[in-house]
Amino acid sequence: MRSFTYERARTPAEAASAVATMRGAKFLAGGTNLLDLMKLEIEAPSHLVDVQDLDFGEIADTDDGGIRIGAMVSNTMLSAHPRVRRDYAVLTRAIQAGASGQLRNKATTAGNLLQRTRCSYFYDTNMPCNKRRPGDGCSAIGGSSRQLGVIGISDSCIATYPGDMAVAMRVLDAVVETVTPDGSTRSIPIADFHRLWGDTPQEETVLERGELITAVTLPRPRGGKHFYHKVRDRRSYAFALVSVAAVIQDDQTGQVAFGGVAPKPWRVPEAEELLPQGAAAVVSRAFAEARPTDQNKFKIPLAERTLAGIIADARS
Amino acid sequence: MPLRMKINGEARELELDTRTTLLDALREHLQLTGTKKGCDHGQCGACTVIVNGERINSCLSLAVQHEGDEITTIEGLGTPGDLHPMQAAFVKHDGYQCGYCTPGQICSAVSVLKEIRNGVPSHVTDDLAGDIGLSNIELRERMSGNICRCGAYSNIAEAMTEVAEA
Ligand SMILES: Cc1cc2nc3c(=O)[nH]c(=O)nc-3n(C[C@H](O)[C@H](O)[C@H](O)COP(=O)(O)OP(=O)(O)OC[C@H]3O[C@@H](n4cnc5c(N)ncnc54)[C@H](O)[C@@H]3O)c2cc1C
Ligand code: SF4
Repeated sequence: MRSFTYERARTPAEAASAVATMRGAKFLAGGTNLLDLMKLEIEAPSHLVDVQDLDFGEIADTDDGGIRIGAMVSNTMLSAHPRVRRDYAVLTRAIQAGASGQLRNKATTAGNLLQRTRCSYFYDTNMPCNKRRPGDGCSAIGGSSRQLGVIGISDSCIATYPGDMAVAMRVLDAVVETVTPDGSTRSIPIADFHRLWGDTPQEETVLERGELITAVTLPRPRGGKHFYHKVRDRRSYAFALVSVAAVIQDDQTGQVAFGGVAPKPWRVPEAEELLPQGAAAVVSRAFAEARPTDQNKFKIPLAERTLAGIIADARS
Repeated sequence: MPLRMKINGEARELELDTRTTLLDALREHLQLTGTKKGCDHGQCGACTVIVNGERINSCLSLAVQHEGDEITTIEGLGTPGDLHPMQAAFVKHDGYQCGYCTPGQICSAVSVLKEIRNGVPSHVTDDLAGDIGLSNIELRERMSGNICRCGAYSNIAEAMTEVAEA
């Protein structure tokens, strides 16, 4: 690990301006993703701004009937919160489908949103990777791509966003709240938060340098039945090959997003409108522009079968 | 950097490089070698310790993140003459073979029972509104962050069941 200096920020403004002004500075929350990558020198910050003492550890009701989740709320606390279990069960289900008990105790809401891809070439510093070193080339294209993306990918990078929590937040229309280094605040709909790779796979979200996530808000609950089905190589403690988050109403309408397939939670409103017609209609529309490899084309029928299972459960 | 932590009930002061993980601080600087280093990437669970009442992977945490924290390691749970009930149950049920993952397994197992008591649901909890049971599948799912290469899993679950029902 490269050496670095460390500070604990006392205010959001102090944290944001420290990261904005110091070259090579990064925020540190739980550390479960950042430290992992620092050990491999894939990340090599020269300064860490630990945000654990900031007042972002609460879940509160909002005036419009939703909730506001502080950026430092742990994954365990969020998934166990009584209102989340009752009104946003898809979120509890998604969080509990990810990582392990130990990791969920440490992982934070903001850190989880910002976790980096699990492409094995991204982790293998002997192999070219455009995300690690822009311009070096992509080892996954023409290489081993079974785990990787089938849609929204580019000629520079075919990796996925690997997280579970954000897929549930996408069907719930979450909004990411931030404070920027100049002190102003922004509300970023989760649909716009993660970027498609394009020519710049090293840029993964719309956050600017030093922009600090303060909270994630969820709008008032929309009722319905909530599902998060995750298909993976082991029954526990593995990243998704495909996951499906869905909220389905009695009349079969609803919201659906797919994980493990794209650079961001994949939700297509025109596809979602076809929910009453069944899984095949939704998936063929949602994945109409898919560009899978031979190794990962199985993900599309797998997504269809996973959604079909959810629709059957919702009817029963 | 200077650092103060309370480890197994005792206040300790250290002077550490910022890069030192909590795991290395415990093992290399405090000679508390009960906590084990397995993968060093949060995948195996051998480094599990209890921080402010919650289990975490000590390998994926910098020591400096824990200024003022209360840490319990396997050495703090029980001693050879005065075993923690979970330690005694692991011995009784043969919850290990080589023993390398055992300190992490036991710290995790103790925490799992507490998480269930506190109503934290899991991936296999059917009813998010109801009470959480202590079924074998519940215990196994919650222990999936602790890998055992000897495959003592079924005995570990039996040890946990005995402690939970005591
Ligand atoms: C073995 C293993 C298995 C895993 N399995 C899964 C899985 O199945 N599903 C899943 O979804 N995840 C999984 N994870 C990933 C895990 O969920 C993430 O590591 C965790 O959520 C990251 O949260 P953190 O608080 O520790 O983030 P950190 O590591 O502290 O930070 C991550 C990034 O976010 C930035 N950051 C943190 N807080 C803020 C803020 N407030 N504002 C702006 N930037 C910020 C940091 O600078 C850093 O770049 C796994 C991880 C491991 C190690
Ligand atoms: S898919 Fe993306 S992350 Fe993986 S090697 Fe290619 S550029 Fe790197």
